[in-house]
Amino acid sequence: MAGAGGATTWHDIVVETLRRNDVRLVPYVPDRVLTPLIRAVEADPFFTAFPTAREEEAVGIVAGAWMGGMRGIVLMQTSGFATLPNVLASLACACQIPLLMMVSERGTLGEFNLGQAMVCRTMRPVLSALGIEHHTITRLDETEFVVDRTIRQAIATQAPACLILSPLLTGGKAFSA
Amino acid sequence: MSATIDTRHNAKVMNRFELTKLLVAKLTDEAVIGGIGNANFDLWAAGRRPENFYMLGSMGLAVPIALGVAIAQPHRTVIALEGDGSLLMQLGCLATVAARAPRNLVIVVWDNGIYQITGGQKTPAAAARTDLVAIARASGIVESHWAADEAEFEALAARALGAPGPWFIAARIDDKPAVTQTERDPVRIRDAFMRGIGSRS
Repeated sequence: MAGAGGATTWHDIVVETLRRNDVRLVPYVPDRVLTPLIRAVEADPFFTAFPTAREEEAVGIVAGAWMGGMRGIVLMQTSGFATLPNVLASLACACQIPLLMMVSERGTLGEFNLGQAMVCRTMRPVLSALGIEHHTITRLDETEFVVDRTIRQAIATQAPACLILSPLLTGGKAFSA
Repeated sequence: MSATIDTRHNAKVMNRFELTKLLVAKLTDEAVIGGIGNANFDLWAAGRRPENFYMLGSMGLAVPIALGVAIAQPHRTVIALEGDGSLLMQLGCLATVAARAPRNLVIVVWDNGIYQITGGQKTPAAAARTDLVAIARASGIVESHWAADEAEFEALAARALGAPGPWFIAARIDDKPAVTQTERDPVRIRDAFMRGIGSRS
């Protein structure tokens, strides 16, 4: 089933849904699965997309930009999310900033790196402990709805939110056993 | 600027509150992000401005937050006030700033070589004689300078407020604590800042 604007891949749907919600700023720490999304936003002049050295930085940048009147989203991998609890708690949650995050999920459904599998187990407990709205996207036909509604709710309620891209949606990072 | 004075050990040891007052006196509509602890406490004490954001956590993020504001509002100068210990936690942000090269960003670092607020322990950079200005310059921020004394700090601040950046200005400061503390009400601080810089009315 096609998503926003007739898009047929998860990353096309995400790009169009970000655009429709005026989410223009996309700082990221790269990830293999996110590569087509990163390429798309970097090639599109609507977006301001660039890498940061660390995920915390990207959180600060998006928080500052929102306070300055520009919407953004941080792209990262599971292991990057695991570096964030301090800044999520003391900046996004404490100041009620609608920090949007999109995490490519490593560590499950065919993970080959034990380190990634261990880190992955911390992600949802951290989000839950901080009371951060989070949704795991598994299906192409639900992607537009989940992304769109999550962005709108985050902004309307001034609360951070996290979208987790499951390997069920993206295919994940493949390996040969 | 004098090249001979442009190393940490040649710079005069000054006082953060006095320098903060000198800086604030030059401001009109610039946004200022006060890093956690003494940097924002002395900003608070130097006079309330609606364009000030006072951090209450997220150590090391004064520069990234300021970069975000600078991207969102390219016609407004944005100043990050950060401590040396905080900057050490997030040195990678200097490369990010250099890569984006925001003309409207000014980074001011107060360097006393200690974690003053936790009991005055020396930073590893102090023990190693690490030069933060040299790091900033090597990261690609061309306009990176030590302020040799109060007069040069004022001159650098005046240049930074009038000429394209990004700018990185570091000042050696003493071990005095801030003169007061900021009211810890983060939602109010954030809302006041947004109204102060016109993104909310």
